[in-house]
Amino acid sequence: MVRDETVLDGGVTHYLKYTWKKKLIMSGLVAMTALLSLYAISAGSAELTPWQVVLTLLGRTEGQSQIIIWSIRLPRVLAALVAGIGLAVAGAVMQNILRNPLAAPSTLGIAQGAAFGAALAIIGWGAGSTPSSGGGALLINSPYIVTISAFVAAMLTTLIILFLAQYKGVSPESMVLAGVALGSLFSAATMLLQYFTNDVNVAAVVFWTFGDIGRASWGELGIMSFVVFGAMLFFLFNRWNYNALDSGTETAKGLGVNVERTRQLGMFVASLITATIVSFLGIIAFIGLVAPHLVKRLIGGDNRFLIPASGVMGALLLLAADTLSRRIIAPVVLPVGAVTSFLGAPLFLYLLVRGSKLR
Amino acid sequence: MILSVNGVEFRYGCRTILENIGFTVRRGEFLSILGNNGAGKSTLLKTLNKILLPQQGSIYVGQQELCKLSRLSIALKMAYVAQNYGSNRQTVFDAVLLGRKPHIKWEATAADLALVQGILVKTGLAEFALRYLDELSGGELQKVVIARALAQEPEVLLLDEPTSNLDLKNQMEVLKTIRTAAKEKNIAVVAVMHDLNLALRFSDKFVLLQDTKVFVAGGSEVMTAENITQAYGVSVSVDRVQGQTVVIPR
Ligand SMILES: Nc1ncnc2c1ncn2[C@@H]1O[C@H](COP(=O)(O)OP(=O)(O)O)[C@@H](O)[C@H]1O
Ligand SMILES: [Mg+2]
Repeated sequence: MVRDETVLDGGVTHYLKYTWKKKLIMSGLVAMTALLSLYAISAGSAELTPWQVVLTLLGRTEGQSQIIIWSIRLPRVLAALVAGIGLAVAGAVMQNILRNPLAAPSTLGIAQGAAFGAALAIIGWGAGSTPSSGGGALLINSPYIVTISAFVAAMLTTLIILFLAQYKGVSPESMVLAGVALGSLFSAATMLLQYFTNDVNVAAVVFWTFGDIGRASWGELGIMSFVVFGAMLFFLFNRWNYNALDSGTETAKGLGVNVERTRQLGMFVASLITATIVSFLGIIAFIGLVAPHLVKRLIGGDNRFLIPASGVMGALLLLAADTLSRRIIAPVVLPVGAVTSFLGAPLFLYLLVRGSKLR
Repeated sequence: MILSVNGVEFRYGCRTILENIGFTVRRGEFLSILGNNGAGKSTLLKTLNKILLPQQGSIYVGQQELCKLSRLSIALKMAYVAQNYGSNRQTVFDAVLLGRKPHIKWEATAADLALVQGILVKTGLAEFALRYLDELSGGELQKVVIARALAQEPEVLLLDEPTSNLDLKNQMEVLKTIRTAAKEKNIAVVAVMHDLNLALRFSDKFVLLQDTKVFVAGGSEVMTAENITQAYGVSVSVDRVQGQTVVIPR
């Protein structure tokens, strides 16, 4: 065995090169997201050039383009980015701590819980019973009550899941099964509510469940950003714990990880992000499932890179889906939740078929 | 005395697995835990790392009682290598770097990376550094988990059947590496060993478990044909061949 300094340094240099490659890919994703954001802000019924967008963002122009950008397009693009980051990061962490590649907000019943909460508010408490004079799409009168009710129901789902894990000894791996069961329970309850109410309410509930980025204005964006970035910091603080968990429970314990607490807190924070986003925007499926899987293919499962890169990938995917939903049959805006499912399902199947090497 | 175990009792429900276990280990010593399958060896090792909490008895690490220490402070003193471990899609370098986890505040430093590379070289894993764990042979993987434990720079090294997946050459190499590290860094090693001859060759102390209890414990003087025959239920003779003590089943 050789034991001289050059071999030692050589090995470390190789390793550093290997991590730089990951950072390079991550920077590439960031750059793509930035370019797409610029396009998304400039594209729309009032076409603006990217240069006008830059000037407006720098505060160098006035008039109509300023209003369009600052009050319509910018909050929408930022909301897509923030929600994409949040959903993807939550999915990445859930997949890690539950040791199940299928873990995601929608497979854990959290999204269905939120939908039930919204339906209860709209139908049960009349938060959307009278059609607004604005007519057409806006059937929800008290968006705050609906949002809060959706949020509470989503967090309740989370608490049930945590309770099952903590006191009933359901293993992390089977948590997704419990989530599927909870999800269909909530879906059934939502269906029943819809069955016994009038058409207008049914339409309002269905409308709510279609995830739609356009629901966020600056206020909602502020709350979502606060939750997502706080959670991101929390996850990054725990990235070594998550890496240790990847090597098995006992090994993680031997490495000094408080496994139970790491799992519970991680699940709680990931669900908090999901509940916040879903209750503001409605159900947006597949981002939390697909983004982490794509990133694992690109740069592997090391949580030091996986967590931030999944965030960027989620932002990119959701912004792409939202831009597509605005542009594809403009001026009609499709619900982004339908677009993510439409694109996400085949993408996921493709990953399954191609990704036999991937955990 | 870096590790002392007194009157430890462990039960799964009302099934007693360990009863009145006691022994001590000093720094630099290599202690082998021996016994038939199901004797409770892995269970004992897990109680030593607080992965399982004994219902009775006390375990001291240095001057401190184990059950009062947090997971992190245990990890700073003791490394544990489980009997069964999975592989995943992680490079060898990253897997060994994980051993630095208890010492890392926010990110691995240059010193951490250099230490990992040094251990990879010592354990003969340097050429695999950027290979994925799920592309390694069983023996190579076993070396990786041992290398990770060494990267933890523990005072006590707990190993559950560290050579069960290795061929003859690698058994010798890995145990030599462990013993050298133990002597150089003054680490106490507690290893569950399934191969009596390797245990005899590398250990200073022995604990023979039989039927939930310590059948006999002590230095090489306890490894008599009679004790081994009774503890394992197989009649053996103990001979000296070319300066090594060997156990031969009859
Ligand atoms: N989680 C468990 N629940 C109940 N019994 C267990 C559990 N783990 C191990 N045992 C039992 O404890 C005994 C000792 O196991 P172990 O310590 O693994 O033995 P070994 O000496 O082969 O390492 C065995 O009889 C085993 O069946
Ligand atoms: Mg065992």
